[in-house]
Amino acid sequence: MARQMTGAEMVVQALKDHGVEVIFGYPGGAVLPIYDAIFQQNEIKHILVRHEQAAIHMAEGYARSTGKPGCALVTSGPGATNAVTGLTDALMDSIPLVVFSGQVPTFMIGTDGFQEADTVGITRPCTKHNWLVKDTDKLAETIHQAFHVATSGRPGPVLIDLPKDVQFANGRYTEPKTARVDHYQPKVKGDIEAVTKLVELIETAAKPVFYTGGGVINSGTAASQLMRELVDATGFPITSTLMGLGAYPASGKNWLGMLGMHGLYEANLAMHGCDLMINLGARFDDRITGRIADFSPKSTKVHVDIDASSINKIIPVDLPIVGDVAHVLEDALKIWKARGRKVNKEGLAKWWAQIEEWKKVRCLAFTNSDKVIKPQYALQRLEALTKDRDRYITTEVGQHQMWAAQFLGFEAPNRWMTSGGLGTMGYGFPASIGVQIAHPDALVINVAGEASWLMNMQEMGTATQFCTPVKQFILNNERLGMVRQWQDLLHGGRYSHSWSDSLPDFVKLAESFGWKGISVSDPKDLDDAIMEMINYDGPVLFDCLVEKHENCFPMIPSGKPHNEMLLAADAAAFSSGAALV
Amino acid sequence: MAALNIKKGATSHSAYDLRDFHSEVESSHTLAVLVDNEAGVLARVIGLFSGRGYNIDSLTVAEVDHKGHRSRITIVTRGTMAVIDQIKAQLGRIVPVHQVIDLTTEAQPVERELALFKVAATGEKRIESLRLAEIFRANVVDSTLESFVFEITGTPDKIDAFAELMRPLGLKDVARTGVAALPRGA
Repeated sequence: MARQMTGAEMVVQALKDHGVEVIFGYPGGAVLPIYDAIFQQNEIKHILVRHEQAAIHMAEGYARSTGKPGCALVTSGPGATNAVTGLTDALMDSIPLVVFSGQVPTFMIGTDGFQEADTVGITRPCTKHNWLVKDTDKLAETIHQAFHVATSGRPGPVLIDLPKDVQFANGRYTEPKTARVDHYQPKVKGDIEAVTKLVELIETAAKPVFYTGGGVINSGTAASQLMRELVDATGFPITSTLMGLGAYPASGKNWLGMLGMHGLYEANLAMHGCDLMINLGARFDDRITGRIADFSPKSTKVHVDIDASSINKIIPVDLPIVGDVAHVLEDALKIWKARGRKVNKEGLAKWWAQIEEWKKVRCLAFTNSDKVIKPQYALQRLEALTKDRDRYITTEVGQHQMWAAQFLGFEAPNRWMTSGGLGTMGYGFPASIGVQIAHPDALVINVAGEASWLMNMQEMGTATQFCTPVKQFILNNERLGMVRQWQDLLHGGRYSHSWSDSLPDFVKLAESFGWKGISVSDPKDLDDAIMEMINYDGPVLFDCLVEKHENCFPMIPSGKPHNEMLLAADAAAFSSGAALV
Repeated sequence: MAALNIKKGATSHSAYDLRDFHSEVESSHTLAVLVDNEAGVLARVIGLFSGRGYNIDSLTVAEVDHKGHRSRITIVTRGTMAVIDQIKAQLGRIVPVHQVIDLTTEAQPVERELALFKVAATGEKRIESLRLAEIFRANVVDSTLESFVFEITGTPDKIDAFAELMRPLGLKDVARTGVAALPRGA
């Protein structure tokens, strides 16, 4: 039934109708009517951020930890342009977001008005879709479509640009179920003939590997469950991209660890040497493939992806299956069981024996110290002291992110939030607040480097105001660690601008925002300090002073294939020209 | 494993089974893209081509179904088969895009372009231009004592050929519409 209301009221009504509980935002002139509507209700909670980029990352953290779309509200002009990094981040990592931006009134569009920007033009390449709504009667329908587009198929961020006069004007509100969403219906069922071929490959492969990605997480918990069932029933080894961690449990017996540039030796060599690669919801990213020409040269490659454009984009595959991971796995399991649950047992036994040999290399080994905290040791202790808790981890971007992926274990999906595709420094802190808003009683830790963390440190105020007890676990090496590492290995040790000068006193900084600050530099004090952080009922800034010159290994140097990994022990002998990617 | 004999890049039920995915040969392809006629849809399509580094040789766009708000964009592009497939897939995931057809691969298309040529000449050259126009079935749509404007319809190749012939005869200006194309048959 159509009801009359203002455009601003429609925004709030539509959010309620879509089950939205929280919206992250920052007010400004062009969104005042919507803020007025928010003021006059209590169902939707608004989280006031300190910068619009952080609003988007919070919405991302919320979305990734719940599986529901995240929502944000920003004003016109600078509000919208500040959101661009977050939108691009969400697009690269396929995170469903619905973002509302204010716009100057329709009659002023194109006049270079105050706080006017061509928001739909600017955000067109960094959203899955966007709309400029010029007619209040079409607003409700557009919002309903926006939720549909953001969450269907390969998820992604969408933006609705709302001129101020459209927010003020009255119009007809239509319910979500009446919205026209018929034409955008991505295919979720895989071609059954292709799935049958996949089963045939599973039955005969001697050296198979599952290569899984963020698509398994995005597909929902059912996908993770089905994948675990198939992996365990076949006994195939499984590795995952950075984005897919947690879909298969780290404690699972078939788990090889993460693959890729800083992935585990056994995972990368299994990728290189396999005869059957089953890609579930991953996209052959350049951090995964290394040199394309030498990528897994002897394997038959199967690629399951809901986005047809991911298939054959980088690596030509033998068996493409366009569809949702959960749907495809359900069919594959059904067919495989019906055909008698066959696998090549003899081949698999030999394959596992080979993998066990690779594991003996102990690629994550590092030289510990009793004088200075090694970053790997800090993460080992964090893992030991938190793994049994209801724990969510976010990260910033850099060495600490890779170490966190290597040393922390994830037993369930939606517990690991990191900026994978775009590599956005400054992502982790706001994301951790978004996660904590969604899970108020959980232990939410942002594993950070000091340089990344400073990029969105203004959100300390947000955490204090909304009582989110987020733990900022900063591995402080006073360096831009990954930049320094590349300069060390690839640029002759010329450390051009890769140190963090003039750092704040993190403990005093914490206290100035009403947080707890903890600083630790002696390995002996680390466990007590971590326990103090965990047990404190409020936000904690944990300044962990670590070894300044530690490099992250193993590493596939840029432009090298999987079987030319660099281990910590080989690093001294390594020399190479500057890398292109 | 080899027993299954799956061709590289093959999808089941597809004419693509017949071609070599790895071919490095670039060829010209005419794509028909059916879209909702909404604000910004052309910018999305063009932005995709520039953002991902694909070529556009020709582009036409017009509403073809006023009631249904549908437009048809015809793009002539160039690339290896792998690139053309990628362009198709990328176009296909734009939300207001309903259908993408690679006319060159999927249907021998009828392709036509309209062009206007302004030729300024007197004497023998003027007569020669008129004679050639007749051979090419071009119409005179404007005439002064010193100039003609010819209207010609045909394949892009035919229009190129006409342009070559007109150049020495006093060609002043050309306006071309770009290619419109439909598959042959029912």
